Order: sequence, then structure tokens, then C-alpha cells
Amino acid sequence: MIAEHLPALQVVIPLLAAPVCVLLRRPGPAWALATAASWAAFGVAVLLLIAVLEQGVLSYHLGGWEPPWGIEYRVDLANAFVLLIVAAISAVVLPFARRSVAAEIPEEKAYLFYSMYLLCLTGLLGIAATVSSLSSYVLISLGKDRRALTAAFQYLIMGTIGATFYLLGIGLLYAMTGTLNMADLAQRLPAVSDTRTVHAAFAFLVIGIGVKAAVFPLHLWLPNAYCYAPSVVTAFLAATATKVSIYVVLRIVFTIFGPAYSFEVIEADLVMIPLALAAMLLASTTAIFQNNVKRLLAYSSVAQIGYMVLGISLGSVTGVTAGIVHLFNHAMIKGGLFLALGCVFVTLGSVQLRDMAGLGRRMPWTMAAFVIGGLSLIGVPATTGFISKWVLVQATLERGQWFFAVLILASSLLALVYVWRVVEAAYFRPAPEGAAEVSEAPLAMLIPTWLLILANVYFGVDTSLTLGVARRGAETLLGGAA
Amino acid sequence: MIEPGLYNYWIVVILMMAGFFIVMSHGNLVKKIVGLNIFQTSVFILYISFGKVSDATAPILDEAYTEYSNPLPHVLILTAIVVGVATSALGLALIVRIREAYGTVEEDEIIAQDPDS
Repeated sequence: MIAEHLPALQVVIPLLAAPVCVLLRRPGPAWALATAASWAAFGVAVLLLIAVLEQGVLSYHLGGWEPPWGIEYRVDLANAFVLLIVAAISAVVLPFARRSVAAEIPEEKAYLFYSMYLLCLTGLLGIAATVSSLSSYVLISLGKDRRALTAAFQYLIMGTIGATFYLLGIGLLYAMTGTLNMADLAQRLPAVSDTRTVHAAFAFLVIGIGVKAAVFPLHLWLPNAYCYAPSVVTAFLAATATKVSIYVVLRIVFTIFGPAYSFEVIEADLVMIPLALAAMLLASTTAIFQNNVKRLLAYSSVAQIGYMVLGISLGSVTGVTAGIVHLFNHAMIKGGLFLALGCVFVTLGSVQLRDMAGLGRRMPWTMAAFVIGGLSLIGVPATTGFISKWVLVQATLERGQWFFAVLILASSLLALVYVWRVVEAAYFRPAPEGAAEVSEAPLAMLIPTWLLILANVYFGVDTSLTLGVARRGAETLLGGAA
Repeated sequence: MIEPGLYNYWIVVILMMAGFFIVMSHGNLVKKIVGLNIFQTSVFILYISFGKVSDATAPILDEAYTEYSNPLPHVLILTAIVVGVATSALGLALIVRIREAYGTVEEDEIIAQDPDS
């Protein structure tokens, strides 16, 4: 009985917990409730994935209305996997949040923070873009630095433009087909696909969601937003928000329009591949010159999104597998790295490179976590980053594009340089004169950090879950139209 | 009845470009929000206008009428308007906070105060 309603429960649990958090008013209980809700959502996500692996696609009709009139939640492997990523990251980040939020957000506002956080989680789990984006603007603006406000405002402007473009694209499709249901759209589109309206709709949809996904060159909001947001928010959003948007890109390109249309008629890959390559190289190069480590990682995120877009726009099963697997792996890499930085921020009060000098001896566990995460980011064997890049290189070679493979490797070298800058500062430079005595971060923060970092190593060795699910997900996405 | 042609789409295009231009060209944050609203409104008009059926009435069940406008785009836009209001409110709230922190709502003056960002 309850199992039938899993897809709805996934969204309803955090949604209901959010207003209760506001009623609780005290940070402690609000945090406990948020954590419980988030863990419950994680449990539901695991059950959903198992159910989908066993039974195939689940279809849930909200309120019992049959599609196409009612709203249908379709859960297949690809989105069950994304749900699992989001819920898992949230379940790990929240235990970390308690200390981090106490250090960065005024106590009287903490309960509102948790409430917003849950709403953001709801939006990401339910793929309700407006809920998650509005709450993420608020979350970012809660950063201590006043620049967090301007960053949030910039994000709000760009996010709204993106969302409006997206709405416009949907509107044009609706005008041509008379339906909003993805499966129906895919069926009816071929009949009208040669019209200029549908071409324009494709452009509006991809660009609109590209803003949210921070696809180069639409990433301008991202570095500031990640840089000045509270540590918890950065870790959560970096690991999940852009991933959900990338997932929506997958849906648009493969499920609604179908790969044949996207890549052969519109030839979207002619635009997307160069942009992905540019993101990998330019954003990585920019990252090298950053002195704020959070901003450095933010630019690196833009580069990593380039990898995903490259994988998707190759349009082959291996390519899409690489894209999906990197969704998962990058969520763990960046989640772990930003949590490690959160530990640094709580104890040190800064994430500037010069302040982190000599930190390796004073915070050995935190910095060790950072190093392992960094290795994974570069793509050293036996870490998840290696797996993603391996599959991606395979996909490019399959297409006979060895030149792309070379560029992927070049971008990894750039990653090596920027990770090395942090390592060098932390381990090979003496602590600055008169530096504050800091000791290791509290255990409640270290454990979540290490959980994600160890997950990096684990999924770098045992890839049956990630690669297996990603490949099957890619096959369903591509199989829909082939 | 006069053939309406495509003039509704022209209005949408003009409004959209005007709003987009305001967002990009103005340094005043409040004006940016105004531009954003115009930009969003253009899409609302697009949806509403193609839900309208010539010579049909509002979609209320009644035996006297058989042709109705399509209510679905209208409902969608009702939601979108609510989201738009929430976005504007949030944007304006952020502007108030920015003004408290910087003492100005002009983008160039704000950037000048944070030289290293």
C-alpha cells in the first residue's frame, strides 16, 4: 500500500517538514527534524531505486488523475538515480550542518535556514524548478559576506531569465502539440518537428535550463553564488542543483526530442561540444588563478559540468553513461571537497589560500580529506573521478575523436595544477606569523566529510552500482527513440 | 469580425525584448526587477493568447455554449504569475538588504565597493 505512493512520499516528506521547522523556532529541534526528514527521503529514494530496478518504470498519478489530464510522475532508472544522488548528499550534509550553521548563521535565523533548506530539497527531488530556485536564492543570500547578497541577486536575475526561457519553450511546444506530458510530447513531436516553432522551442528549452545547469558560457552566476553562500549551502547546491538541471537537459534532448532529432536535424552537438570543451579548458584555467579556495572549486565545477555536457552531446550510449556517471561522481567529489572546506571555514574563519598555509599539520584529517577529494577531482585511478574520465575518453575514442580525448587529459592536468596549489599551501608552506591557533574540526563535521570522501574511493574501486545503473539509464534514455 | 492576424505575437516579442534589454542595460537593481517583470509578462501573454479560441466563451460549463477557450494555459499562467510575484518580492527584499549593506542600489557603485570580487 505505502509502496505505491513512494514517488509522492519522496516529495511530501520534506515539503511537510519545512513549515513545521518554522513552527519549532529553535535551531536544535529544527535541525533534528530536517535531518530526520532528509534521512527518510533518502530511505524512500533507495526503495524507489530498488523498485525501479526490479519492475522497470513506475508511473504515479498525482491525486489519482489519469494522464494526460492529471499530472504523472514517471520514475525510471535515470531519475531514480538522480533522486538517490540528491537525497544521499542531503542526508550526509545535514548532520554536518548543525555546527556549520551555528558558526555562520545568526541563531535566531537558523530555523528559517533549515526550513528553506528542506524546501530546496523538495524542489530538487520533485524536479519543481521554481521551488528549488527561489529557496536557493534565499539560502545563498544567508552567507556572512555582504557579497552573498549581490551574488544571490545576480543568481535571481539569471535564474529567472532561464526559467522564463524554459517556460516559453514549453509554451511553444504546447502550442504545436497540445500536450504537456513528456511521453505524449515525444509521440506527437515528429509530426510537426520541421516547423520553426519547434526549432525555437528547442533552443529556448536548452538555453533556459542551461542557465540553471551553469553550462559554459551561462555560468556567470555560479562562482559568486558558491563562493559567498554558507558552506553547507555550497556543498549541497554544488553537489545537487546543477546535477538536477543536467538531468533535465538529458530529458529534453533524449526523451522529448529524441537523439535523432537533437543531433541530426538540429545538430545541437555542433554547439554543445565546443562549449563543453571550452568550459573544460577555460574554467579550469580560471580556477588556477583564484585565491579563494571556494571560488577555485566553483570554477572547477563549471569545468566538470563541461565533462557532463560533452558526454551527453556525444550522443552514444557510452557518452551518455559517462555523463550520468559523472553526475553521481562529481556530486560526491564536490560534496566532499566543499564539506572539507566547510570544516576549514568553521575553525579558521577563512578559505583564502594565504590563510590556509601550513594547515596540513594543524588540521591533518580535514586536509587529508581534501587531498583525497582533490585526487578524485583530477581523476587518479582508484577514485571515482578516474572512472568518469575513463568512460568519457572511451566514448570519445568510440566516435574516433582522439582530439577530444587529448583535451580531456589536458583539462585533467589543469585540475592537477589548481589542486596542487591548495596542497602546496597546506603542506609545504609554514603557517603565517601570528596565525590563530586552530585545531581539528569537530567530529560531527569530520564524519560526514569522510563519508563522502570514502565513498569516492569506494565507488572508484567497485563501479558495479554506479556504472551499471548509469549504463542502463543511458540505454533507456536512448532506447526511447531509437 | 476582423482577422486578428499575428499581432499578439508581435506584442509578445516587443515586450520580451524590451524587458530583456532593461535587465541587461540598467545598473539600477530596482529597474532590473521591473525589466524582469516585463520580460516574464510577455511569456504570460503568449500563453494566454494562444489559449483563446475565436468566438468562444470562458470555460464555464453551461448548456448554452459549446465552444470554450482552452483553460489549461490559463491555469499554468496563474501559477506562473504567483511564482513571478514571489520572485519579485524576493528580489526586492534582497535589494533592501543590499541597500542596507552598501548604501546604494546602483550596480557599478556596488562593484566599486568590493574591488577584489
